[in-house]
Amino acid sequence: MSFELILFYLFATVLTLSALMVITVKNSVHAALFLVLTFFTAAALWILLQAEFLGIALVLVYVGAVMVLFLFVVMMLNIDVEPLREGFVRHLPVGIVVAVVMLVEMLMLIGVKSMSTQALPADPAGASNTAWLGNALFTQFLLPFEVAAVILTVALVAAVTLTLRRRVGVKSQNPAKQVAVKASERIRIVKMESAGKGGTP
Amino acid sequence: MITLSHYIVLGTILFCISVAGIFINRKNVIVLLMSIELMLLAVNTNFVAFSRFLGNVDGQVFVFFILTVAAAESAIGLAILVTLFRNRATINVGEIDSMKG
Repeated sequence: MSFELILFYLFATVLTLSALMVITVKNSVHAALFLVLTFFTAAALWILLQAEFLGIALVLVYVGAVMVLFLFVVMMLNIDVEPLREGFVRHLPVGIVVAVVMLVEMLMLIGVKSMSTQALPADPAGASNTAWLGNALFTQFLLPFEVAAVILTVALVAAVTLTLRRRVGVKSQNPAKQVAVKASERIRIVKMESAGKGGTP
Repeated sequence: MITLSHYIVLGTILFCISVAGIFINRKNVIVLLMSIELMLLAVNTNFVAFSRFLGNVDGQVFVFFILTVAAAESAIGLAILVTLFRNRATINVGEIDSMKG
């Protein structure tokens, strides 16, 4: 048994156990933390597959951004856990049965033919994984790459719009209006008759 | 020697765990979202494994796009969740029935 295989089994065990913990723990904060562990182990497995760029991207994007967002939301909402757990025991047998049946079916589909598949060399040119991926991304997949950027921007705008709350009765400044103001709007010159000579002011 | 089937079986197990998670946590929207993330992770693992063992970069490019869309999806999902909690003061799926679906 090679060192690589030992590492694979170690990571696979941690991945499976932490994924099981994600769906079974009572506290949502703990579930989010176990999901962090799951993603981190998956990143380690991808690096074992010589997909270094995607492994690091998974850690940066998921552990660094998405999971922090999850934790932020879970802690911001004051959630009463107990009513959310009702039906957990009732649905447990159904969930296990469906999962096991699906697993057996898929394992039968995978079969034994793929057992003997040997890894092909990653890149014929021998470049690093990042160069390999970047080369494909910026030549062959340039348009989808731009579309992905647009999707991210749309998601950003949509998330801000969804959570934006306009309160009534709050005094706030409007800088655009302040800058665009003209002198004629601020000073009003009133023509009025001067007081008569020698009159009292 | 790690073979392709090792990774595919691992992806299958992860996918089935997340399906079971959707079944048993059907009241809690946050854990449902987490299960969807786990499902996407299983699919991504399959993509990376196939890309590596077939020597083709397209699978990894696809994983890149899936990561992008999944990040956008979870951001919007959590934004909807926050809005929902603000309006209804609950995230229990059983109580979200104002559309009478």
